[in-house]
Amino acid sequence: MVDGMLGSAVQLLTPEGERVADEDYDISLSNAELKGLYRDMVLVRRLDSEATALQRQGELGLWASSLGQEAAQVGSGRSLLPGDYAFPTYRDHGVTWSRGVPPLEVLAMFRGVSTGGWDPIALRCAIYTIVIGNQALHAVGYGMGAQLDGSSEAVIGYFGDGATDEGDVNEAFVFAADFNAPVVFFCQNNQWAISSPRERKNPAPLYERAAGFGFPGVRVDGNDILAVMAVTRAALERARSGGGPTLVEAYTYRMAAHTTSDDPTRYRHAEELEIWRLRDPIERLKVFLARQGIADRGYFDQIDREAADLAVMIRDGVRSMPEPPAETMFDHVYAEPHEQLERQRRWLVDYESSFTHEVSS
Amino acid sequence: MSEQRSFALPDVGEGLTEAEILRWHVQPGDLVEVNQLIVEIETAKASVELPCPFAGTVGALLVDVGAVVPVGTPIITIEMADAPQQAERQAVLVGYGVKEGTPSGRRRRRVPGTEASEGSPAEDVAVAPSDESSDEPVGPAATRTSGPALAKPPVRRLARELGVDLTLVTPTGQNGDVTRSDVLSASGSDPSIGRPGAARPADVQTRSDERMPVRGVQRAMADAMVQSAFTAPHVTEWVDVDMSRALQVLDRLRALPESADLRVSPMILVAAGLIRAARAHPRINSSWVDGPDGPHVDVHGEVHLGIAADTPRGLLVPCLKGATDLGILELARRVQQLIDTAREGRATPADLTGGTITLTNIGVFGIDGGTPILSPGQTSILAMGRILDRPWVVDGAVVARPVMQLSLSFDHRVIDGALGSRALRSVADFLTDPGLAVLVDGERS
Repeated sequence: MVDGMLGSAVQLLTPEGERVADEDYDISLSNAELKGLYRDMVLVRRLDSEATALQRQGELGLWASSLGQEAAQVGSGRSLLPGDYAFPTYRDHGVTWSRGVPPLEVLAMFRGVSTGGWDPIALRCAIYTIVIGNQALHAVGYGMGAQLDGSSEAVIGYFGDGATDEGDVNEAFVFAADFNAPVVFFCQNNQWAISSPRERKNPAPLYERAAGFGFPGVRVDGNDILAVMAVTRAALERARSGGGPTLVEAYTYRMAAHTTSDDPTRYRHAEELEIWRLRDPIERLKVFLARQGIADRGYFDQIDREAADLAVMIRDGVRSMPEPPAETMFDHVYAEPHEQLERQRRWLVDYESSFTHEVSS
Repeated sequence: MSEQRSFALPDVGEGLTEAEILRWHVQPGDLVEVNQLIVEIETAKASVELPCPFAGTVGALLVDVGAVVPVGTPIITIEMADAPQQAERQAVLVGYGVKEGTPSGRRRRRVPGTEASEGSPAEDVAVAPSDESSDEPVGPAATRTSGPALAKPPVRRLARELGVDLTLVTPTGQNGDVTRSDVLSASGSDPSIGRPGAARPADVQTRSDERMPVRGVQRAMADAMVQSAFTAPHVTEWVDVDMSRALQVLDRLRALPESADLRVSPMILVAAGLIRAARAHPRINSSWVDGPDGPHVDVHGEVHLGIAADTPRGLLVPCLKGATDLGILELARRVQQLIDTAREGRATPADLTGGTITLTNIGVFGIDGGTPILSPGQTSILAMGRILDRPWVVDGAVVARPVMQLSLSFDHRVIDGALGSRALRSVADFLTDPGLAVLVDGERS
């Protein structure tokens, strides 16, 4: 709670890598777990930068960067138990990473060779929702279903600060409160809804909105992975034990453009970026690990090599992705096939097969 | 063993069709690594830097700085450090197709005689898939050596009507397809005639029309002018000014040691005059705003002076922020920086927006006066003409004097004729006798 801008945010690790105490939250992790979190964040960042480069080389149609939000995403994602269920947005690459979604399955959608990505049931992680805030309703609906099933799983629904202005998110709040749904609303307040600045648009803290709906809200330093984990774990546990929904506002910053189609230099100042660069989530954990003697240069170098290998794997994997047959577009339109859809599929297959492939000379 | 690869301009922003090359970061012979930033491009959406997809040595830069090229155009070649084990595919994702020599199944032809089921196009002439239209990005024209000729359905029909065997025609189309002119040439018809059966105009030499794309700066200018011209009722007034004293003052200014590196041009004095007029008559430095509760006028406290500049990219209006109280030398320095930046193509979006009033110098083109169109949202624009010796009556005698015309257009919703006239007169008075104008500052209007 040292940072003026962060206000009342829960913090356990300062930007300088110093471990501090909080009145309500604490966490105890093994050295292996701490090193694992560092590894996760470095690899997710590498995944992100490689995907950005691939988009600039024409290999991906679009990319939404998670740069700067690794602690919020990995910290919350790694707080989930295997049986919990996550509903991410299109920017939550650290969440899908934590759920074990293979990076290439994430990238396939951005390359346009997959209509969604991974198996959401097996991985207990929904596919990315592009519609802003929509997945908050999915999360609540799923949570209400789990409640009816008598399951003890918790659900986490991700969205950004911009989405809190949407009807979907507010409706989700209402339903979650009314039904005491086992849901954690995880809002990454990255300060920018594309080009709309959060604080200048509405200075009222987002986490305080939860009170109006009748459930608790808490702001956490979103670049402090220890605090994020402590707060998210507590909120998930509250959901599992019948305590109902919680809103977690992870106060963080979108270091890159909104997407590769956006140019933030047109609407925000470089100084702001410099301030947030000093609050980098990976650097502070690295300093902490080094000072505590938990990890040394050898470990950090090893992770860097692993990141470089990951980049090569991603690069080669994306470039060699097969183009799917056109008729796969019919596969997931309806839960079950029906005659009209089958007729259209047959027509397309027929039409496609009326061409012979030819190799140009 | 080295192998050469080329990198084609990608679509970096969901549906962009072209980009301008702003700056190369590498030169032929440079070693490059994968993801090293090699070039900065500007699209309709953003300026972005492109990372190199290959490691190796730069072979050639295929596109010059300043050129606007379609997505899919090869822009650089790289000599690969090591030949990879297998040929990698070219990037093919968005906006452009597989290049020649890539055995991917995108290009294909219909099997003669087969018919797709109901509702499919029944013409058996569709040999070239329709997505390979002529506005596809440029690649080297391929020469096809086997298989049926490529041609679009209307060309096939023309060939049939003229009795031309397409396989015997030399194709000149972008993708090795036979074009309409190829068929006409092969049949002995004059390719300048548009359609078969059309009357052949006797001995008419036709010169073809040129179609110019409207994009980038020109497009922005067009949109702004249409918006302004059809919303703000413009009035233009003009006045001739004897510039003798102004030119003398300029000479003395140039002689100052402080202005050694400065271009102190007549435009600087006109700019100073316009800023003074805006200070004395704040309403000429204002905006008409159509708000949700009806229109209102924002009278700006600060003068942000837009200066129209002819740049290699077209008309740009970089804006000098906070010009209200600048001294003449500082004004000259700032204007010089601003225009240099714009000409070099380094103007940021912030440089090009936020103006409250505009000055345009048409004198540099040898023109006297005109009726300039307001920059959208502004209510005044001043055009300065050339300075030319003209007959001028002084104390009853005709003498030669350097004369310049000023033309002020203003938005009559905000500025009436009296105010517009007083404002223009105040610029003219300043230029007629700068010393006097400074001495009586604020005491006359």
